[in-house]
Amino acid sequence: MTFTTQPIGDPSAPLARRNPVAKLAAALLFSLPLISTLDPLTPAIALAVELALLPLFGLRHTILARQVWPLLAAGAGVLITMVLFAADRGGTLLVGLGPFDVTTGVLTTALGLILRLFAIALPGVIVFATTDPTDLADALVQNAKAPARFAIGALAAFRLLPLLNAEWQMLTLARRARGVDAGRNPIAKVRLFGATAFALLVGALRRGGRLAVAMDARGFDSGIARTYARRQTFTGADTLLVVGAIGLAAAVLATTITLGLFRPII
Amino acid sequence: MSKVVLRGFGWRHAGRRAWAVRDVDLRIDHGERVLLLGPSGAGKSTLLAALAGLLPDDSGEQAGTVEIDGRSPADARDRVGIVFQDPQTQLVMARSGDDVAFGLENRGVPAAEIWPRVGDALDRVGFPYPITRSTAALSGGEAQRLALAGVLALRPGLLLLDEPTANLDPAGADLVRDAITRSRDHDTTLILVEHRVAEALPLVDRVVVLEAGGGIRADGTPEMVFTAYGNRLAEEGVWVPGFRISPRKAAAPPTGPPVARAENVTVDQRVHDVSMTADEGEVLAVTGPNGAGKSTFALVLGGLLAPTGGRVSAFGDQRPPHRWRAATLTSRIGSVFQNPEHQFVTSRVADELAVGPRRLGRSADETAGIVDALLQRLRLEKLAAANPYTLSGGEARRLSVATALATAPRLLVLDEPTFGQDRRTWTELVTLLAALRDEGHAIVAVTHDDDFVQTLADRTVSLGRLSRRPS
Repeated sequence: MTFTTQPIGDPSAPLARRNPVAKLAAALLFSLPLISTLDPLTPAIALAVELALLPLFGLRHTILARQVWPLLAAGAGVLITMVLFAADRGGTLLVGLGPFDVTTGVLTTALGLILRLFAIALPGVIVFATTDPTDLADALVQNAKAPARFAIGALAAFRLLPLLNAEWQMLTLARRARGVDAGRNPIAKVRLFGATAFALLVGALRRGGRLAVAMDARGFDSGIARTYARRQTFTGADTLLVVGAIGLAAAVLATTITLGLFRPII
Repeated sequence: MSKVVLRGFGWRHAGRRAWAVRDVDLRIDHGERVLLLGPSGAGKSTLLAALAGLLPDDSGEQAGTVEIDGRSPADARDRVGIVFQDPQTQLVMARSGDDVAFGLENRGVPAAEIWPRVGDALDRVGFPYPITRSTAALSGGEAQRLALAGVLALRPGLLLLDEPTANLDPAGADLVRDAITRSRDHDTTLILVEHRVAEALPLVDRVVVLEAGGGIRADGTPEMVFTAYGNRLAEEGVWVPGFRISPRKAAAPPTGPPVARAENVTVDQRVHDVSMTADEGEVLAVTGPNGAGKSTFALVLGGLLAPTGGRVSAFGDQRPPHRWRAATLTSRIGSVFQNPEHQFVTSRVADELAVGPRRLGRSADETAGIVDALLQRLRLEKLAAANPYTLSGGEARRLSVATALATAPRLLVLDEPTFGQDRRTWTELVTLLAALRDEGHAIVAVTHDDDFVQTLADRTVSLGRLSRRPS
């Protein structure tokens, strides 16, 4: 997965422009209620709603598809696991793969799980795909009253993340240059990986420490009330987005309950 | 505008027996511009950290007093700005303008004043991009200019610069010195730590030299200080202007066949079509502008990276070096990275030297012999039990060269071996590499250090910049 810190899609789309905190709250309030049921219909409707809303976030389906490939991989993993280990093998037998009977029951359960995975993850993906990290940190501090020490600190650390990639490559090459390689021995490979990861961590901590000193030298720890160079506002439209998300979640659950398909998780 | 007064100042880091700096009596007046010198370990950086109020009470023990405009550094933090060496760990925000605004927000500057002050600070340092420029897209020199702007925006009365160009190539260092010159005003007191003295002199009007054991050795105008103490300072590692080092060239051109040959080596978007040979008894300098792929080429020649085009052949082996087992590789080619810390794999200096020989299957006795000889040759005996990560820059560099030598390779590939080194370590490295060359080693050094090329290189290969910008 390529690591992007910049939003993709059109930043001026009506919902992409909303306050980052409102987007985050809407995503949580829409997807959390979905956990309450085990039926496949609820996540299916929710997913349909999410995909229908994509254009309002300025996202094209094709661009998003490239971002969510880890989800697709996870979905495939769920399917394989269910075929191998599902306890409930009711329903019509579709195909027998040696000892594993693939039945309609197995596929329904797998489909339900995959749909849930997507329906719950997608709102988060949409928020981060349409939100600049700086804007998110600003909004967390200004609108959600998160401590600046935490939000801006995390933002600064976030900026150092892409460096880790280059650092990892350098450490790996340097080990080879020192005559340290694992050859074909899997145990040696794991040990080498661990040692390299440790060196990466030590380096990251040292860099983080230097960054913290530089931030404090510019008054980050001054204790003076911070002012904001960039204003984040939380308007009526943002409230509407949050309320809308709650309304949609309620509507999705109501549909399932009306149709008698609601299967509570407990 | 700030006045600095130190009386009997000393600082000892918690858990250390020796004082990092002590017995400093110094008075620096409003608007003075001071170059702070001293042998490595004399406590220059500690002194700057103390002035910046960055030494918390519980991190060590203080002697004497420090006053900035009559206040303690902890209370005078809002008057002091400091720029450090490493550009990567000074920038906080993703966009350049936001980064300059960061300090102003911290100090509670009203929002309406922030952006005019950001623009003003960026103008003063000659920052060439709009405020939305991504900080990740800046070169080292540009990033360091931005860091300077972030400090100047706070209008410090006292500006501290802790080797602001040490991590930069010559072009980047020029950018930063130019920015310091441009932004100079008579209201700011300046204290600069820098061991490339010739380049720093135009920026200052006074030189203060710290004594390694404590106290101040010299204080006065640059002419005065260098006339009286130039010799001794040069011996101790300070790059005093006018003290040149005599060339160490090979006595005779190489005779045998080359140990390694690169033919049309290409690495996608990084190296374009490089051909060269490395010969025994010769130092080859690989030069070229930033972005020409010098370091990447060193990795390919060192058998660490596979080229995407062309080939490397070495030591008569059918297979190219990047296909060799690591142990075979180290017995033939030794690579020394730009950042020594990348190469350390143990927690003791002596163990670090033993890794290579042990991997080659040398007996314990043989290994001990190799380790002892190298510790002695590179003046590391006293540090045998130290943790490699706690070494000074010069010591870490010597150790990284020693680790490459431990497996007795005939070809040494070094990436910027003299980068950021003081004069003493520099001279030692050049002497060592000259001796290795005269013993018949082939040495390839990627470098943009002109002095190094003039003094040591027998031949130079210059890589051109790629026409396409590397991503």
